[in-house]
Amino acid sequence: MIAPDIDKPPAETLVAVAMSGGVDSAVTAALVAEAGYRAVGVTLQLYDDGSASARKGACCAGQDIYDARRAADAIGIPHYVLDYRSRFRESVIEPFADSYVAGETPVPCVTCNRTVKFRDLMGLARDFGADALATGHYVRRVAGPDGPELHRAVDADRDQSYFLFATTRDQLAYLRFPLGGMRKEAVRREAARLALPVAAKPDSQDICFVPGGGYARVVERLRPGAAEPGDIVDLQGRRLGGHDGIVHFTVGQRRGLAIGGTGEPLYVVRTEPATRRVVVGPRDALAGSEIRIGGLNWLAGAAPPSGPVAVQAKIRSMRPPAAATLRAGAGGSASVALDSPERGIAPGQACVLYDGERVLGGGWIRRAPDGPAALRP
Amino acid sequence: MNATVYLDYNASAPMWPEAAEAAAEAMRAGANASSIHAPGRAARARVEQARQSVARLVGADPAGIVFTGGGTEANNQAIRCCGAARVLVSAIEHESALSADERAVRLPVTADGVIDLEALDRALAAAPRPALVAVMLANNETGVVQPVAGAVAAARRHGARVHCDAVQAAGKIPVDAAALGADSYAVSAHKLGGPQGVGALVLRDPDGAAPLIHGGGQERGRRAGTENVAGIAGFGRAAEIAAQRLDEFARLSALRDRMEAEIRALDPGAWMPGAAAPRLPNTSMAVMPGCESAAQVIAMDLDGIAVSAGSACSSGRVRPPYVLAAMGVDEDAAMCALRVSLGWRTTAGEVDRFVAAWARLRDRTARRVA
Repeated sequence: MIAPDIDKPPAETLVAVAMSGGVDSAVTAALVAEAGYRAVGVTLQLYDDGSASARKGACCAGQDIYDARRAADAIGIPHYVLDYRSRFRESVIEPFADSYVAGETPVPCVTCNRTVKFRDLMGLARDFGADALATGHYVRRVAGPDGPELHRAVDADRDQSYFLFATTRDQLAYLRFPLGGMRKEAVRREAARLALPVAAKPDSQDICFVPGGGYARVVERLRPGAAEPGDIVDLQGRRLGGHDGIVHFTVGQRRGLAIGGTGEPLYVVRTEPATRRVVVGPRDALAGSEIRIGGLNWLAGAAPPSGPVAVQAKIRSMRPPAAATLRAGAGGSASVALDSPERGIAPGQACVLYDGERVLGGGWIRRAPDGPAALRP
Repeated sequence: MNATVYLDYNASAPMWPEAAEAAAEAMRAGANASSIHAPGRAARARVEQARQSVARLVGADPAGIVFTGGGTEANNQAIRCCGAARVLVSAIEHESALSADERAVRLPVTADGVIDLEALDRALAAAPRPALVAVMLANNETGVVQPVAGAVAAARRHGARVHCDAVQAAGKIPVDAAALGADSYAVSAHKLGGPQGVGALVLRDPDGAAPLIHGGGQERGRRAGTENVAGIAGFGRAAEIAAQRLDEFARLSALRDRMEAEIRALDPGAWMPGAAAPRLPNTSMAVMPGCESAAQVIAMDLDGIAVSAGSACSSGRVRPPYVLAAMGVDEDAAMCALRVSLGWRTTAGEVDRFVAAWARLRDRTARRVA
């Protein structure tokens, strides 16, 4: 059942489905329709169909809009394409560039889910009368004693809960994730069974608006001044070499450091936008256990508990959650103390908090107080 | 489910059955209108009869009618093939006129959506000669009728020529090409109940435009390519019927005005940009504050009502109307506009169904915002 908590028959229940043009959202739409709901496909045009549009494995450019429409036609549901280019630029691409310029490592997919999809598209779906919005995200919405809860996907390799931590309780009530209980192979099999034209389409990999992972070029184009050269220094501040812009560096990065002869491999420990310095150090210098977060979103109740809470914290999308203690502060700030140090805690990334399978909430990793935070305005 | 209520005549009007029959008959008959044998002469006769009918609809000399592949082509030929040193276009022209010359100067419109004739005069004084002014007779989104005769008078003072896009006006209001005085006009068949893919460039001086499409000497050397006899025959028949039934559009104006009054009664915040200016009798652009156009179009479609958020674009995506931006309507309001365009088949009951759907949508939006 896709919407057992909606108090009317499926045939009278209108479910909007966000269709990217990929196989996951096409199967989502097909399953919603097959279950007897009135399904309506919606595809967002997020950026211009440029040279990147024909590229396989990125979402929502020209080819993907075409694919989404063909999938909707095959399923036999109405389908609409919305021009969200200016919203996407304003809400996702610009903050992405600002974040890099500020020496952070942003997660634009979280921002996109939080703004363009779950604020703008959801508002539109409510306006046109949809009772729910379904997406092809691999994450589960589980009924709990205090309302719906957000849980990790059954397919751990595909779990997208990290990218959905900023979903509010109100949004979660309206959302449905029919693929959360399925493994990817099963989704592909469903696509074949339903004879969807996108059944064999490759999965998307990159950030959709950054072709081939060349994010620095995107940032340089949007923030021309941000690519000014600067120094690469060691932890003691000694100059080891030069670089052509801090936007080319993220915490934990080893490649691209044009310095040699120090024997021990060096990693980016942090970037300092005000002085345009890239600070490097040995692998151990990446380790940390105290994380400050801001913009805390709490899903397990109206507000986070005031005392310490034992959680598991996930500090990067590809990192497993690690045992930690959360202490919530004022105004959406919080501290997360990891039981054992982790390498590569990068400002701008999300720190997502779990209790086992359940997503409790999460926030954005801020700069460490003893670091170069004082240099920031 | 009731039949779809079609209120998008400005995008494309349903074909008159007689026009469809005329096109089908020509299609069945076949033959090339340039052939000298009897079937060819029969095809030629269909084309020439249509030329007379289209000329009569717009008050022009049949010798000046050049059949094209539609309104877009007619606008392109008029603007690109007139030898002007500078092209001036109103900011609310159809995209086919706006993009025909990328160096064209854009002329402002007033808050009511009417071309600013004083600004036109100043722009003409500053433009190299000979200049061409492109002004539409009626806007596709707001329906506002433009002061073409005034634009022609201004152009004559500066030795400039005028092209008038009459695509939305022809068949909806009387068009008298000779009286308006422009040098050329664009007309499209499917906007007045004819087939898609055929239109006409109407020239005051039959030799007044060079060809856009080169090849054989069809259309007296002004438009190459074998004539689309079936399309042209359907166009001609549609033009005849449209001319006979122009008074029905006056009836639509009463229906449209009632619809707008009911909408304003449902929501005092609702308003119609351009309503203060003379408009086409069938067109209404209505702003429902707080509900974006896309949501309105989708909700209406799911309710079986076909309307649009402005001019249709090739990808079918929903986008804000640039015409409202040119009128200085603020973006929040422009994002909440819906275009409703009635036509020969529209009944009072259909308008009632639209108003009822509008009311439901308005209630839902109001509840959500509250």
